[in-house]
Amino acid sequence: MKKIMYILAGLALMLFAGNAFAGVTIKGSTTVLPIAQAAAEEFMDQNPEIDISVQGGGSGVGISSLIDGTCDIGDASRAIKEQELKQAANKGIKPKAHVVAMDGIAVIVNSGNGVGNLKIEQIKDIYTGKISDWSQVGGTGGKIVVISRDSSSGTYEAFNELALKKEKVRNDALLSASNQAVVTTVAKTRGAIGYAGLGYLSEEVKALTVNGIECSKDTVLSGEYPLARPLFMYTNGKPSGDVKSFIDFVLSAEGQIIVEEQGFVGLK
Amino acid sequence: MLKEKIYKSVFLVLAFASLLFLVGIMVVLFLNGLPIFKETGVFNFLFGRDWYPTYEPPEFGILPLALASLMVTFGALLVCVPLGVGSALYLNELAGHRQKAILKPIIEILAGIPSIVFGFFGMLIVAPLVQRIFNLPVGLTAFTGSIILGIMAVPTVCSISEDALSYVPKSFREASLALGANRWQTLIKVVIPAAGSGISTGIILGMSRAVGETMTVLMVTGGAAVMPKSFFIPVRPMTSTIAAEMGEAVVGSSHFHALFGIGLVLFVITLIFNIIAEMISRRFRVKLGLGR
Repeated sequence: MKKIMYILAGLALMLFAGNAFAGVTIKGSTTVLPIAQAAAEEFMDQNPEIDISVQGGGSGVGISSLIDGTCDIGDASRAIKEQELKQAANKGIKPKAHVVAMDGIAVIVNSGNGVGNLKIEQIKDIYTGKISDWSQVGGTGGKIVVISRDSSSGTYEAFNELALKKEKVRNDALLSASNQAVVTTVAKTRGAIGYAGLGYLSEEVKALTVNGIECSKDTVLSGEYPLARPLFMYTNGKPSGDVKSFIDFVLSAEGQIIVEEQGFVGLK
Repeated sequence: MLKEKIYKSVFLVLAFASLLFLVGIMVVLFLNGLPIFKETGVFNFLFGRDWYPTYEPPEFGILPLALASLMVTFGALLVCVPLGVGSALYLNELAGHRQKAILKPIIEILAGIPSIVFGFFGMLIVAPLVQRIFNLPVGLTAFTGSIILGIMAVPTVCSISEDALSYVPKSFREASLALGANRWQTLIKVVIPAAGSGISTGIILGMSRAVGETMTVLMVTGGAAVMPKSFFIPVRPMTSTIAAEMGEAVVGSSHFHALFGIGLVLFVITLIFNIIAEMISRRFRVKLGLGR
């Protein structure tokens, strides 16, 4: 009985410690998560007196936590929305965006697929349902299995805006909950097309060139690759104290090396 | 004496804690879910055919999602009832002590496997297999989901059915055998009917597990919010919709309320299942004279 009490007390302490002693709390986008985690580890190695706790949850969670005051930095893979700005204003919060990295959204197909390039209009037609067979885009015939992220993911919203010009994805498209799930499904499905962040590309799938341009760090950074988006960290107003030191660290040359190591495109 | 009092009040608080949690969950569900019914109307929400929550204007029709849930649950029943009830019968009636000592814990281990592991298994092994066998464009379908959910529900169905079978009084069997019935006849005509409501309770709780399961269906059913016309196309059950979209929905938006609205519908469905299971199991206890 005593033992249990000690364990419970320990757990309670740990829970409270998360809130009471942490210097900086970061929450939000699962796309930005690897950057935040790796940067926080390195930062804490250099500044042992500052404690940083990093959590995922999604862009919506990141921004709403910032508005609720339950985090200091809200990660997001999309820009803040009108409605969220209104909520923030009501609570006296002034979200300030910091672009910490760029990400290319690669269009991927099964490695057995003969198609190597698609025009952005063709990608749009495939996703909205106007094209549904590979023979229509120069491949050997076969039904195109369209794989998308679910419609509230940040990656989806960026893709929807950049590639589909906000048109609706065909309703029989498969919706996957994560970048990794998209890659796995495309790798296992012959006729599949999908899209995923640059950091998730692997040998198992083939990345298409879009309008003849390869999705790579160089083309994303130069702005040539059409499906590129910024990744954000939001703070309440201009950051100060430990929050400022951390943001500065992420944006420093050292922090940007970490960004690159995680498979994203650093800002140069 | 004092010690006894302390223990008593501690356990009283613990016992009422679950009631408190339930009330809390219901309040949150209703507060956050009801606005969407006001906004779209109950009929449009429940019977709308399009789920496009983030478009302008958004569409919040959960009929394809609800049908997908029902379909996958029904499919799971076709898998878990024969497997679960069959193994319960074998364990209770035919298996020797040693077999039972090995088999029962193994079936119970199945219940302890995290659902994400079932999801991986379904995604990497079952889905490609389904795709090849039925020559489908993609293996992530309602059918694949049904198989995996069915396997996941087996321990629930099996262990409750097994309990029910073991509750059947020995005198029932002895009477049947004494009348000249053989073992098989006794099993079919006496033991199964006597344990029938217990077995049905197990099946309904298995169903409840299948309809509420989230992680696995999220990973293996493909997630297309389209009206399910066949078992061999991707579908999007209600639970996976909530799981996939909750993290990204803007708090306080219609989308956010719509996801809670789905939660509310799910809550009502599982509540009905549990009430039915409870009613049946009461009848069962009365019938066998086990008291309440």
